[in-house]
Amino acid sequence: MLRRASMLLARRPILAASARPFSTDLPAAPSADATFTEAWTKVIPNMDPPKTPLSFMQPRPPTPSSIPSKLTVNFVLPYASELATKEVDMVIVPATTGQMGVLPGHVATIAELKPGVLSVHEGSEVTKYFVSSGFVFIHANSFADIIAVEAVPLDRLDVNLVQKGLAEFTSKLSSATTDMEKAEAQIGIDVHSALNSALTG
Amino acid sequence: MAMAALRREGRRFAPLISPRPITAVRSSPLYPTLEDEGLLGVRHISTQVVRNRMKSVKNIQKITKAMKMVAASKLRAIQTKTENSRGLWQPFTALLGDLPSADVKKNVVVTISSDKGLCGGINSTSVKISKGLHKLNSGPEKETKYVILGEKAKAQLVRDSKKDIELIITELQKNPLNYTQVSVLADEILKNVEYDALRIVFNKFQSVVSFVPTVSTVLSPEIVEREAESGGKLGDLDSYEVEGGETKGEILQNLAEFQFSCTMFNAVLENACSEQGARMSAMDSSSRNAGDMLDRLTLTYNRTRQASITTELIEIISGASALEG
Repeated sequence: MLRRASMLLARRPILAASARPFSTDLPAAPSADATFTEAWTKVIPNMDPPKTPLSFMQPRPPTPSSIPSKLTVNFVLPYASELATKEVDMVIVPATTGQMGVLPGHVATIAELKPGVLSVHEGSEVTKYFVSSGFVFIHANSFADIIAVEAVPLDRLDVNLVQKGLAEFTSKLSSATTDMEKAEAQIGIDVHSALNSALTG
Repeated sequence: MAMAALRREGRRFAPLISPRPITAVRSSPLYPTLEDEGLLGVRHISTQVVRNRMKSVKNIQKITKAMKMVAASKLRAIQTKTENSRGLWQPFTALLGDLPSADVKKNVVVTISSDKGLCGGINSTSVKISKGLHKLNSGPEKETKYVILGEKAKAQLVRDSKKDIELIITELQKNPLNYTQVSVLADEILKNVEYDALRIVFNKFQSVVSFVPTVSTVLSPEIVEREAESGGKLGDLDSYEVEGGETKGEILQNLAEFQFSCTMFNAVLENACSEQGARMSAMDSSSRNAGDMLDRLTLTYNRTRQASITTELIEIISGASALEG
């Protein structure tokens, strides 16, 4: 019986060693995770600590010393990843301060988006989307993350419906009584006029 | 049905014994006795009890198989949505990092669970992790509150942490999950609960048989500023220029709210996927169990049946031999 116990003990570390080559390449756990796991195991020793989002993400490359030639864009929506690590030349985003052009080597920025046209320039082709709103993060390593709530390619927009919507919201604003209604009508007008200028301009 | 059974048993002996009208009546239709009258007043050991059990076990097996199929189809529908939403939280973690060990005064644990049961142990796991986080973040001047999504976590947490519960939301999956619904929910939570750090506890869907409990941390803008100033993980947040808005604080506020709604959306979808996957495997093991039980009952049934036949034969033969000699 003692021999079997020692065999079992000898077998377990071997299993652990052979299991590691099969595990998918997880990035090395950063220090924040380590402090969390330590604190967890101290307080709750019986349970494995829960995983955190860092363990599910590919780590980003560090800032290169020279400006890279292409910008890597991640354009995500709640329902889909439109562009995932796509290498492009330039993107123009509709930030609240106006249309902002992003080239490789752009300074690190956090910007909020307003309803407008997002255009992605790759070589000679340009893809345009109308985004409702969201955020854009530009990192120092020429990675741009655009997170939008809704985005549609421009050819899916119907001019008549846009005009109708604009008229509807303008009338709603004039007939609005409470601040809430006024705010909602104003938002509707902003979005529809942006849609209008996107389709015409 | 009793008559038909007796008639079946009687027919077997037709060539041996002269037919006789079957007058045997069951003692009572409600209580099947183990012995009942058969042909020629011979008593049979009843297989009725075993047969009833077999019928009910077979029905249960059919039901659990059907539930497994339903869960599989629901899983397929929601799995594509979940995989598409996985890109949503990654930019936030890339920018703001992930600081589950940030030391904050007001913790809010958002526990996501299912409304319906029969889905294995995922809800208990989520509740255990939430309680663990509560314990981890306890100390002087620190408090942890719960926001509960789903009936199952509510049932478990109401028992011992009733005073710590801020908000309970149920019937999340009545309509198909979409971002608008979740963002309204996130808005409600942010309006009604004071927080320094929001920790969302859910089961991340890795595969149909593997669900990993995960906790996503969303820090409030003030804590983000504090961590950025103190350096460390968020130290280079200051290097980011903030465009637009009146102040940096305003943008960071919007950012924190947007981050919360995006991570909530992904968390809710992943949990729904895990629920369906867990239900599939629970129902699968349940049907397999029912199958095993049915096999054992069939063996018992056959043994009982053969024993009763043998008893009859013995009685007849001993009766016949008593007559002869």
